[in-house]
Amino acid sequence: MFAFLARRLLVLLATLFVASLAIFVVLEILPGDPALLILGIEAQDDTLAALRAQMGLDRPAPVRYLTWIGGLLSGTSGISHTYSVPVFELIGERLAVTAPLAVLALLLSTAVAIPLGMFAATRRGRPGDYGVMGFSQIGMAIPNFWFAILSILVFAVALGWFPAAGFPGWEAGVGIALWALVLPAVSLALPEAAILARVTRSSVLETLGAEYVRTARAKGLDERRVLWGHVLRNALIPMTTILGLQFAFLLAGSIVVENVFALPGLGRLIFQAVSQRDLVVVRDVVLLLVAVVVVVNFLVDVAYAAIDPRARRAG
Amino acid sequence: MFRHPNFLIGALLTGILCLAALVSLVWTPHAFDTMSIAERMQGPSAAHWLGTDQFGRDIATRLMVGARNSISVGVVAVGIGLAVGAPLGMYAAARGGWVDDLVARGADVVFAFPAIVSAILITAILGPGAVNAIIAIGIFNIPVFARVARGASLQVWGMEYARAGLAIGKTGFGVTRDHVLPNISSVLIVQATIQFAVAILAEAALAYLGLGTQPPAPSWGRMLFDAQTLMTIDPKLAILPGLAIALAVLGLNLLGDGLRDILDPRLRPERLG
Repeated sequence: MFAFLARRLLVLLATLFVASLAIFVVLEILPGDPALLILGIEAQDDTLAALRAQMGLDRPAPVRYLTWIGGLLSGTSGISHTYSVPVFELIGERLAVTAPLAVLALLLSTAVAIPLGMFAATRRGRPGDYGVMGFSQIGMAIPNFWFAILSILVFAVALGWFPAAGFPGWEAGVGIALWALVLPAVSLALPEAAILARVTRSSVLETLGAEYVRTARAKGLDERRVLWGHVLRNALIPMTTILGLQFAFLLAGSIVVENVFALPGLGRLIFQAVSQRDLVVVRDVVLLLVAVVVVVNFLVDVAYAAIDPRARRAG
Repeated sequence: MFRHPNFLIGALLTGILCLAALVSLVWTPHAFDTMSIAERMQGPSAAHWLGTDQFGRDIATRLMVGARNSISVGVVAVGIGLAVGAPLGMYAAARGGWVDDLVARGADVVFAFPAIVSAILITAILGPGAVNAIIAIGIFNIPVFARVARGASLQVWGMEYARAGLAIGKTGFGVTRDHVLPNISSVLIVQATIQFAVAILAEAALAYLGLGTQPPAPSWGRMLFDAQTLMTIDPKLAILPGLAIALAVLGLNLLGDGLRDILDPRLRPERLG
């Protein structure tokens, strides 16, 4: 187990290192001089040079890369030039919207998809199964931003139950703030729930054929205890991979949905920062998103290895 | 074939999509950019089957040309992914050793970047526009096909007939051409269908964000963006383009699932992004 952990940790660090290099190189070739964008095209050459020096843009690329990574490791971040606040502070503010949004979407999708998937699996080949699978196909085909637009039209404009856009902030009260996140969370959850229901169904179907399920039935357990106690517990193992991945992608997937609802979250931040060439912000947010994906994958692998010793050999 | 309803419905919807796109090349009910303010936001009529938009442009026409746009995005983006990714995956599997490790780990690193983030960064480098959005989506498809082709090829290489090919003096390339490629082609076809659907969704999202197809050229995603401020006056502006995207993606997904059932029931295509 120790060798496995050490190897996986090494892969994690290597992946993060390569990803940070990739981000840095991509932002290097990004056209548009940030200093010029701040000052405008009529800027004098000497003011431009002074600002470039102040932003550290005149130093060679390797030095700037090391400064960035060194800063991250020591916990100090650059200053965003559009917001004039430290990037970490900015990310913290935005995460306060995006993280609850992603968690809410994940909870919703799990709460809907697992019972649906189990229902379909236990009725394999019957109308209930086709119904759930049909719903899942439709859920996967609906773009989340279209669903978001339609839900605004119905639930915000026509019925007036939810705010159409914006976020009141947590200061307005937890209830009011959460209420503003309901429609975005449902929009984000829909395609994820559709995928998760399919995975649950096939995973449960595989488990239903196992010997221990037959044993559990043979010893007279009622069907509900067999399903929830034995089948689901074992079927959950492959599903954690999907759940882990979904959380990571929900953070990023919120880019489009946050734009529909004008939510001040991480997704909107990165989208605006790219268009404003606020590269100090872009590189930190992208690396954060990558880190979440990589760390979640790592945790899932470790959990696998802890449960199933065979998984320790691969990898 | 009629025992596969997924395949039938998928083929039907995909057929309609392709037909709409093909017909739009030679004929559309109106020109897609003819504005007529007097006729703005009309309901369906004999002259305008699905009504008109905020500039009085014919919505049916714009959806047809939008279908053409979506199909070209799908074809080129999947083409880039297949043309670069599949040979890369097959090469990695044939070579093994550090080359294989490099390709596998490389794909892992690319997958750590959420697709929409990479697409935004790539369009930021290349500039917004239809062609650049296609390239961005195509680049994302490369590791998808590399990983799928590598995994399937490794399985074939584990077979005795592949080893036997080497034993009778065929080169790694020869075995790949004669044994690996024919055996993994069904995997690639199924994955290509799924990625086609993913590409249509991705292009719509990019166009919605203003990074894809630029107006006045019609794109389903851009039509949704334009509709957002007007949908309280005229809901069909927001409903029709989304319905077109959903039906196209539904058709391609069902077609992919159906093809998988027909070609090889054991296959499970990867669903990412």
